[in-house]
Amino acid sequence: MIVERPRDLRIKKILAHGFLLIFLALILFPFLMVLSISFREGNFAVGSLIPENPTLEHWVLAFGFDYTRANGDVVSPPYPVLLWMWNSIKVGVIAGLGVLAIATISAYSFSRIRIRGKGAMLDTLFLIQMFPTTLALVAIFAIFDALGDVTPILGLNSHVALILIYLSGVTLHIWTIKGYFDSIDRALDNAAAIDGATPWQTFRYVFLPLAVPIMAVVFVLAFIGFINDYPIASVLIRSESQMTLAVGARLYLNEFRYLWGNFAAAAILSGLPITIVFLIAQRYLVRGLSDGAVKG
Amino acid sequence: MSTGAGRSRSRAWPRLLAVTIVTVVLLWAAFTLYTVGQPLLGAIILGLATGFAVIFGSDRFYGSRFIFPGIAAVLVFIAFPVIYTIYIGFTNYSSSNLLTYPRTIEVLTARGTVDQTTEQPFAIAADDGEYRIWLPESGLLSDPVTLTEEETAALSPAPAPQALLDRREAIALRDGLSRLTLETPDGQLIRNAGLRSFALVIPDYVQTGPDQLTRNDGQVLTANHDIGFFQTEDGQAVSPGWRVNVGLANFERIFTSAGIRGPTVEIFLWTFVFAGLSVTLCFAVGLLLAVILQWEHLRLKPVYRVLLILPYAVPSFISILVFRGLFNQNFGEINLILEALFGLRPNWFTDATLARTMVVIVNTWLGYPYMMLLAMGFLQSVPEDHKKAAVLEGASSIRVFFTITLPQIIPPFLPLLIAAFAFNFNNLVLIFLLTRGLPDIPGTVIPAGKTDILASFTYRLAFDNAGQQFGLAGAITLLIFVVVAAISYANFVAMRRAAARRLGRSA
Repeated sequence: MIVERPRDLRIKKILAHGFLLIFLALILFPFLMVLSISFREGNFAVGSLIPENPTLEHWVLAFGFDYTRANGDVVSPPYPVLLWMWNSIKVGVIAGLGVLAIATISAYSFSRIRIRGKGAMLDTLFLIQMFPTTLALVAIFAIFDALGDVTPILGLNSHVALILIYLSGVTLHIWTIKGYFDSIDRALDNAAAIDGATPWQTFRYVFLPLAVPIMAVVFVLAFIGFINDYPIASVLIRSESQMTLAVGARLYLNEFRYLWGNFAAAAILSGLPITIVFLIAQRYLVRGLSDGAVKG
Repeated sequence: MSTGAGRSRSRAWPRLLAVTIVTVVLLWAAFTLYTVGQPLLGAIILGLATGFAVIFGSDRFYGSRFIFPGIAAVLVFIAFPVIYTIYIGFTNYSSSNLLTYPRTIEVLTARGTVDQTTEQPFAIAADDGEYRIWLPESGLLSDPVTLTEEETAALSPAPAPQALLDRREAIALRDGLSRLTLETPDGQLIRNAGLRSFALVIPDYVQTGPDQLTRNDGQVLTANHDIGFFQTEDGQAVSPGWRVNVGLANFERIFTSAGIRGPTVEIFLWTFVFAGLSVTLCFAVGLLLAVILQWEHLRLKPVYRVLLILPYAVPSFISILVFRGLFNQNFGEINLILEALFGLRPNWFTDATLARTMVVIVNTWLGYPYMMLLAMGFLQSVPEDHKKAAVLEGASSIRVFFTITLPQIIPPFLPLLIAAFAFNFNNLVLIFLLTRGLPDIPGTVIPAGKTDILASFTYRLAFDNAGQQFGLAGAITLLIFVVVAAISYANFVAMRRAAARRLGRSA
């Protein structure tokens, strides 16, 4: 933009790169440490960044196999990481699809269908969206404790209960998708209406195909939010076999049983898929985010 | 239009059938909830069923059909739990008053004392898929029992059965045995009194009237519905108690008991400091990085960008636990490095100030990429020629940033900053996975820690092992609720202004 003197420019460039590199070193330090720890011997053995006696023990355990040490001792995996991961993915995908369905339909109606009191409903939704479900944990516990007397499917320790509660995360996403629908030209649905389409047909054949990109963003955001949830899952889920990754991972770093090395391997194993999905989707996520979402 | 209407009319009956089935299922659920002592929840489901039947059954509310699922989800899963939490705040619901009144009576009357003098061993004989109980000492054999449900069977004198189950098989049947009552020929009722024996069991409490139990020592207990306990004549309460409405008692405790008020006030203030500091630091760091990344002479931007958002991409529960390990005082890598470089070994988890510093550092690490991503978007909209003009007038780049760029991106940023504040105000995951609220505040009567924020404080009150105080937690939730409502409303106003500004500019 402005003509700068080459000498100043060079100093500025060096400063900028220098700052970014130092900052990156600080930011990436935890990741490198965890990688290193996962290959180290023992569970809190002190060591250098590059392990002196690299071992695959923690990784073998993380994948759920027994590991035989050099001296013949057989070590069993402390926790079922892959099962937890499967639970997380199952709950996250089902709840994510549920949220997507409800949010898309609601967003369409808020954007296009005439309903009395719509403005007030939208304002209420916006205000409610700020209240995190964690505020109602005590009630959620009490409600599902009571529902468990009716049927264990809806009681504590059930994935169905967890999915139902996660569906309440829908408000935020209604907002995001509505913003997208609002930007679609009204001539499009007017034309569909003139051709005799019912509102449902307009939604199904005009809006739904157009909404695929924003729906992908909302699904990924919702999915990541559910995978990351700790408070609700920790209140509803009790037994080890039903736990999600976020609840289970905590067990590794118990003060009395500190499995630092095993945790490191399990953390990389379980965090990698989500990280990769996020990095692939990041360009699209930025827009979804700036429409008013906060990562959970 | 006519074809569409015609088609929808011919398709009406499958829809009406589906609506009827769903409504009936919902009504059944509402009734069942009512019968198990959850009238409030039953009423909600009843309302849901009615709304569903009206909106989907009649053609008049066609438009509302699209909104119904969303509104129902919000009402059932957000509004109702919040109202229910507030309701719990006015009760004594806790680990000492956990049950409903009928359940309390059931539990008390089911308690019994074994009469040692009548205790005798038993054995089990299999009989065509059913079982008979054999009491060798008195030579009695029971009628066949299934051992799957509550049963009573008569005993009669008989010779010893030939094949008896061995010990391990008998132990496997202990659930069924515990529900079995046997009647001896002289009319005594004996029950299973341990793994090896049957004996006369004398009930500790017998219901002798409404709200009245008689203990086996003759003492009469009366139900006190103000405190939710059965009391003896001299006023002693007998556990377990049941849930009753206690009015403002929980709020009185919060505001009058020094052991509760003290930590609550401290945690309240720290929650604001924590949320404020987190938002400010994340915003500052994120904006700084976004400004540098936007500089046109910088190369390798895409690489920097991907690496800088890594903390945001990794699931937060993993990052937080990683930091929990890295900050560990004895064998954490951070202290190893600090000791090697400066000879320091800070007590990150036991010193209050250091623990709070650690919480803020970790939260900044987690949160700056979000602000950076947003800032990169908003910086694009700052007109380049404004900056150019300022530079031509001789302003330094720092001056340009603070007088031109910052004032232009703050307004659209404001609602998002308020939302981030609200998010951190309730950032239970961070506190819980990193410090669990520790170190403890000294001299409290409830679990409360120096790094606890209001949300984690109520979580610990409700779900920690030491006495689950749901009522007190509900009362504190109401206080948080008021604060969040205020923040939420502020955000609403800010969002409106930002929207109005955007519209004004584009017009």
